[in-house]
Amino acid sequence: MRKTLLPTIIIITSVILLARLFYLQIIDDTLKIKSENNAIKIKYDFPERGYIYDRNGKLLVANQPSYDIMVVPNEVKEIDTLEFCRILQITKPEFLEKIEKAKVYSPRLPSLFLAQLNKMEFAGFQEKIRKYNGFYIQKRALREYQTKSGANVFGFITQVNDAIIAKQPYYKSGDLIGQQGVEQAYEEDLRGVKGVKYILKDKHNREIGSYKEGKFDTIAKQGSDLTLSIDGDLQKYGEELMVNKRGGIVAIEPSTGEILALVTAPSYDPALLVGRQRSKNYTKLYNDSIAKPLYDRGLLGEFPPGSPFKILTGLVGLQEGVIDEETSFSCGPGFYYGRGAFMKCHCPGGHIKLNFGIYKSCNTYFANTYKRTIEKYKKPKDGVNAWANHLKSFGLGNFMGYDLPTGRKGHIPTSKFYERFYPNGGWRSTTIISNSIGQGEVSMTPIQLANMMATIANRGYYYTPHIIKSIKGRKIDPKYTTKHVTTIERRHFDPIVNGLFDVYNHGTAYSLGVVGLEICGKTGTAENFAKINGKRVQLEDHSEFVAFAPRIQPKIAIAVIVENGHYGNTWAGPIATLMIEKYLNKKITRKDLEKRMLEGNLNYQYRKLYPSKDSINKPKLTKVDSLRMKLKSKKEIEDEKKNKATGKKKDSVKK
Amino acid sequence: MKNQDISNSIDWITILLYIILVIFGWMTIYSVTVPPDQEYTFDFSLNYGRQMIFMIITIPIIFAILFVDSKIFERFSFVFYGIGIALLLGLFVFGVEKKGQTNWYQFGGFGFQPSEFVKTAVALLLSKYLSDAQVNLAKRNFQYIAFAIMGLPIVLILMQPDAGSAMIFLSLIFVLYREGLPGWYLWTGAIAIATFLLALIIKPIFLISFIGVFMVIHYIFNRLISRNPIVYGLIFIAIASFAFSVSYMYDKVLEPHQKDRINVLLGKDVNMKKEGYNLNQSMIAIGSGGLLGKGYLEGTQTKGGFVPEQHTDYIFTTVGEEWGFVGNLLVMSLFVCLFIRILYLAERQKTRFSRVYGYCVATYLFTHFFVNIAMLIRLFPTIGVPLPFFSYGGSSLWAFTIMLFIFIKLDANKVNEW
Repeated sequence: MRKTLLPTIIIITSVILLARLFYLQIIDDTLKIKSENNAIKIKYDFPERGYIYDRNGKLLVANQPSYDIMVVPNEVKEIDTLEFCRILQITKPEFLEKIEKAKVYSPRLPSLFLAQLNKMEFAGFQEKIRKYNGFYIQKRALREYQTKSGANVFGFITQVNDAIIAKQPYYKSGDLIGQQGVEQAYEEDLRGVKGVKYILKDKHNREIGSYKEGKFDTIAKQGSDLTLSIDGDLQKYGEELMVNKRGGIVAIEPSTGEILALVTAPSYDPALLVGRQRSKNYTKLYNDSIAKPLYDRGLLGEFPPGSPFKILTGLVGLQEGVIDEETSFSCGPGFYYGRGAFMKCHCPGGHIKLNFGIYKSCNTYFANTYKRTIEKYKKPKDGVNAWANHLKSFGLGNFMGYDLPTGRKGHIPTSKFYERFYPNGGWRSTTIISNSIGQGEVSMTPIQLANMMATIANRGYYYTPHIIKSIKGRKIDPKYTTKHVTTIERRHFDPIVNGLFDVYNHGTAYSLGVVGLEICGKTGTAENFAKINGKRVQLEDHSEFVAFAPRIQPKIAIAVIVENGHYGNTWAGPIATLMIEKYLNKKITRKDLEKRMLEGNLNYQYRKLYPSKDSINKPKLTKVDSLRMKLKSKKEIEDEKKNKATGKKKDSVKK
Repeated sequence: MKNQDISNSIDWITILLYIILVIFGWMTIYSVTVPPDQEYTFDFSLNYGRQMIFMIITIPIIFAILFVDSKIFERFSFVFYGIGIALLLGLFVFGVEKKGQTNWYQFGGFGFQPSEFVKTAVALLLSKYLSDAQVNLAKRNFQYIAFAIMGLPIVLILMQPDAGSAMIFLSLIFVLYREGLPGWYLWTGAIAIATFLLALIIKPIFLISFIGVFMVIHYIFNRLISRNPIVYGLIFIAIASFAFSVSYMYDKVLEPHQKDRINVLLGKDVNMKKEGYNLNQSMIAIGSGGLLGKGYLEGTQTKGGFVPEQHTDYIFTTVGEEWGFVGNLLVMSLFVCLFIRILYLAERQKTRFSRVYGYCVATYLFTHFFVNIAMLIRLFPTIGVPLPFFSYGGSSLWAFTIMLFIFIKLDANKVNEW
């Protein structure tokens, strides 16, 4: 016993120690994580975001340096706080608060003191920085816009939120990400790939070298530059023309499907969403629920297409063989299509042929064509489906597949839609006759209208519209170079194109023509309604215009919608024509027209949408108004008297 | 001629284990103290270089011990003891304070900790005393003298104050037990420690009720062997009053830093950045090693200097981090082999002097080993004792080397003695 006690104790205690070590080293994982937190710091190297150029190689979006001031609280000693605050334009309490906040984070680690100083602010600070122990500069890159237009095309940069981090583990808190526009669509190309460095640190958080000689480190990959198909000048001109109006312009190069201009109005200066003021400005734009500057009307606005849709009605009629160039319909003017149902027509009337029907935009002609198309089939169901299939080959009623992150499908009704709408049947061609002239159940976005015109310009095919022209270092998606052929034969396009040409020669856009340019276009005036204070009110028609030019080998197809702009040739027509002239001739001959468009203001129309009840846009009260509010009207005084009398009665009953 | 004799009779297994441990220890010190990311030059002014010098100096010391007449150690044991006590007393006049403990002599750039050497002196004198055939530890008088030999340096060292070193001397009670000390001393010690720890964990009143119930049951079952109930009563009163006094001591007597150490050990609510920092970092370093470790010179915690005193008392954390569980198992196996080998050799000795001395050496080394490693992994309160042969420091390396080689010398001479 006496001999064996000590050896026994030695063995037993060693086994206990080993068991404990086994638990700590092999079973318990928390210590390994703590060790990494302790000793390994991950440093990211953010590459510069790619530049954005327009189709002519003009720089649109670049980067600017911005400077964050970092502070290491422990190192802050003996600084002239007053002078420091004056240079950075902060108050002393703010200064102390920021230092305190940094201390809470860590007294030894640098933390952000003041973010995103611009060059001017930085220059003032830099001169004195050596006097301020504990303050450092960290350079970052911010977007710098070389243009004031195209905010909706570019999108903006924002810090990632938790939802994005959860979905895409590439992003870490504080990283930047593109939102909307090409910044979002081509985020991965523009941002590049950030580099990661694992750095060993010691107990004071000082860096003492790379971890495992940099075995796990990765090098940052620069962001790729983008060349957009946008024409910077045309984009800018479009936005100028749309000042004080609402709506959208989409211009497409028919031979490639490249988007030349994508204008939405109202818009905003892209520089608003950069730098220290970003979040304040964004909130302001976001909360503007009336003008909706962040809403891209060119892509998201679903409008009844109106008269331009007649082009498609005509094409389908020709393809289905229910009309030919010589078919004529008599216009009253107007079209009786049932018991007492009548469609008005603005055309001069008489026996109307296709060509005249187009350039004078005759409702009767196309209502008849549509009726015949549907009635060619025994059941209206089959007729509608045949018609819808033709339209779908133009990319309508669905997302177009372009490379911008937002969009709407528009609507092309099929038989299913009407069967749901009229479950007991009984619908036929005349029930849905409004579709023939682009009212009723059809709706299209401006980019769909523009693409329709590109298809017609190409006489039967189109390329998926896209905003990218080239990306440095990789090819663009092959789907943008794939031809989509419609179900309409090429030969049916010529009579239609001739009709569109005549719109300028002696049709609804007669006055708009440009000398030396063969423009084919079509006006549109779309009825629209809105609920105002719970009542369905018909508003001023949307002014629409679609066009392409030149007639032979077209270079631009365009759609313009000016909300509540009345006739097609009042606003949209002139704007479309000016855009075409600007793009093809690079200069404007008709200065008076241009001036009228630039200065035109439709805000009085938009105010109707939001009568005084709307708290956001309260009209200012005049003196008379306020006096009137103070003085009670006769009726009100009488009502009050009555109330008092009944109140007294009630009181007495209680007693 | 004599050289050949010695090389034939010394125990090479012990020496081999010693050499492996010292070299592995130096490699670990190198890993801890080599500056990260610098061009490699062997620098004798840095700790690993200095330790190399300390190691070289051990060689003449070893030869001196092996070639001196082994009888010196027995005959002059009283002198060694006297010198040791004098050195401890001298600390009160010439000592240098380090971390609140006055336990160092400083000669220029060279430090010297006498308590390390006093251990050997005490072992020698104790062996000498017990080697007298008349001494019988079953009797009180002899016990008192043995306790006095241990007690004098303990008192002096506690006054420095260096509770850790003092505790090492207490472990000699195992040696006395081996030589005939009644077993109840050990039991009393074990019960006192258990009561102490339990009294800190659970309320004394519950602890005492529990012990009372246990003792009543024990008495009922052992009644037939004619036990005196009064003895039971006295034992119970002793334990109960001890349990209460522990609570009282904890509140009134212990220094704040001692309280912290106990709280840390018990896993009570402690601040990991202050009093819990050392232990927390030590466990992180060891635990992050995993099965195979991060690789030699690849320990992130070691390179970052997160573990304080990592080249001295916390040296084993580096082994744990860089070599993992396998490395720990290896090092601990080496130590255990060494202890068992020494005990085996001790039992083989012909003289009582050599046997007691061998036992002392094994007990000292084991106590250092156990306390040092157990405190790193929260099995023991934080007490600053070095890991023999591993920890950086000339005093401790030399002291342990001298202590061990005196035994090797005694063992080598066993044949031609008397």
